[in-house]
Amino acid sequence: MTALASLLVTPFSSNGFMTNALVAGILVSIACGIVGTFVVLRGLAFIGDALAHGVLPGVAAALLLGLPGMLGAAVGSLAMILGIGFVTRKSNLSSDTAIGLLFVGMLALGVAIVSRSRSFSGDLVRILFGEILGISSAEILGQLVATAVMALVAAVFYRPFLLLCFSPEQAETSGFSARRYHAVMLTMIAVTVVVSFRTVGTLLVFGMLLAPAATAALFSRKIVTMIAASSAIGIAAVYLGLLSSYQFNLAAGASITLVATLIFFLALTAKHVYRRVARLGASSRQASPEGSAA
Amino acid sequence: MSGDTAATTAEGRAALKVLTAARLTVGYQHEVVVEGIDLALEPGKTLALVGSNGSGKSTFLKTIAGLLPPLAGSIEVLGGKPLGAPAEVAYMGQFQPSTGTLPLRAIDVVRMARFARRGLVGRMRAEDEEAVRSAMEVMGVSELARAPLNTLSGGQRQRVFIAQAFAREARLILLDEPATNLDAQSRETYRRMIGEAVSAGASVVIATHDIEEAAACDYALLLARKVVAFGPGRTVLSAETLMSTFGIVGHYAKDGTVVVEREHGHDCD
Repeated sequence: MTALASLLVTPFSSNGFMTNALVAGILVSIACGIVGTFVVLRGLAFIGDALAHGVLPGVAAALLLGLPGMLGAAVGSLAMILGIGFVTRKSNLSSDTAIGLLFVGMLALGVAIVSRSRSFSGDLVRILFGEILGISSAEILGQLVATAVMALVAAVFYRPFLLLCFSPEQAETSGFSARRYHAVMLTMIAVTVVVSFRTVGTLLVFGMLLAPAATAALFSRKIVTMIAASSAIGIAAVYLGLLSSYQFNLAAGASITLVATLIFFLALTAKHVYRRVARLGASSRQASPEGSAA
Repeated sequence: MSGDTAATTAEGRAALKVLTAARLTVGYQHEVVVEGIDLALEPGKTLALVGSNGSGKSTFLKTIAGLLPPLAGSIEVLGGKPLGAPAEVAYMGQFQPSTGTLPLRAIDVVRMARFARRGLVGRMRAEDEEAVRSAMEVMGVSELARAPLNTLSGGQRQRVFIAQAFAREARLILLDEPATNLDAQSRETYRRMIGEAVSAGASVVIATHDIEEAAACDYALLLARKVVAFGPGRTVLSAETLMSTFGIVGHYAKDGTVVVEREHGHDCD
């Protein structure tokens, strides 16, 4: 029992940086569970991905100028949202094309800016994969506030969000402007990305937005359940990811996202197997009078 | 749809029109679909928008719902602008959401109807639950209330969506081809639902290419990217107007209803 505890608990209880990483990761998981649910249900994965990368040039420029990275991230995601809106309005291109275009453009700009820095690859890796093992208490506080705000916004705007998932026309005819609440959703994605990039990085925050919510979508029957389940799955991924990172000396952010993705595929397989077994059971029961089970 | 009895009581009650269109042009930003729509609808009356696919019936319906701005002319819904009173107007679109991934139960979908009345955070009241319950009961989907939406058949889902439209208890109900996907028995149920709404004083506008359904309405507006005819359902649906609307011929049966022979109907039933 003590051996088990030393394997599962001690890494977190005896290392301050691991405790901080766990707490920050739990907060990121909850924020991503809330926002990711709507990303998955509304099919906003691509724009979420683009936003996660759109912050890169902002962060890089801020680093180069000695400004807070979060400020740069905020500017970057704002430019991304406005840019997508602009291209979609001014051309007849679909929003996919607009998103893709800005996505690569911003990514390239980010890499170009970072390449001016002396510690090119170090900075890039830090932005893309975060520094969950170097999180300060002040940053945890910021994450806590952001997560609380996200929960509050989702609770207050639950009805228009639900209608929007169901049908933007229904939202509109129910008196909730589809455009306005779509913008609120995009802002929530952007804020999650901006606040969480220090922890898990811009690349991996997208994984945390998507993987736990996608896993929860396989089993959930209600949206509230889906939010709770994806937060819980995210927390499990953070814990297991940090643990394996500690025990096997792996990159922390990547381990977390890897675990989250593995959980998704495990759940998908489990669902598939369960269905097949259920169907086999049903058909063998039907076929039993003839004596030939399928 | 017992329009006649509802009409006499409604006329005495209100000069207020539920819907007025004057020289109205509907369409999309760069595309005029129908010009010069003139009509008025009183409380407790039913109006069928009749036409084939692409005739402009959905476009007009969306304009009434406030989803499309009028291109010219004027439109008044319940004495104001479209979308002016979301709680009093229900809209059921033709293209239903792809509900495959949505973790919702049938009852959650019907409950959404009441959001327009309760706003962002207003508590759902007993009357809301009652409206939801009764609409689901009339549409015969009470037993499915807790079933996940993605386990329902197309017809069951359609009945849930119809229940949603009626659960709003709106004064104007807009339905875009609601009877598609419905079997004969469900169609009967759906007609009863309309009957109940009308006797409660609501007006219903139905976009349809079902002549029988249109003939049962108080009014019919025949569209073929232009206004072909407008008038009381039974009289306006003549062989001549139907020819202009659909390009097919119909004839009157002994009881005065119109029978139309189509070479190949595009209805799903």
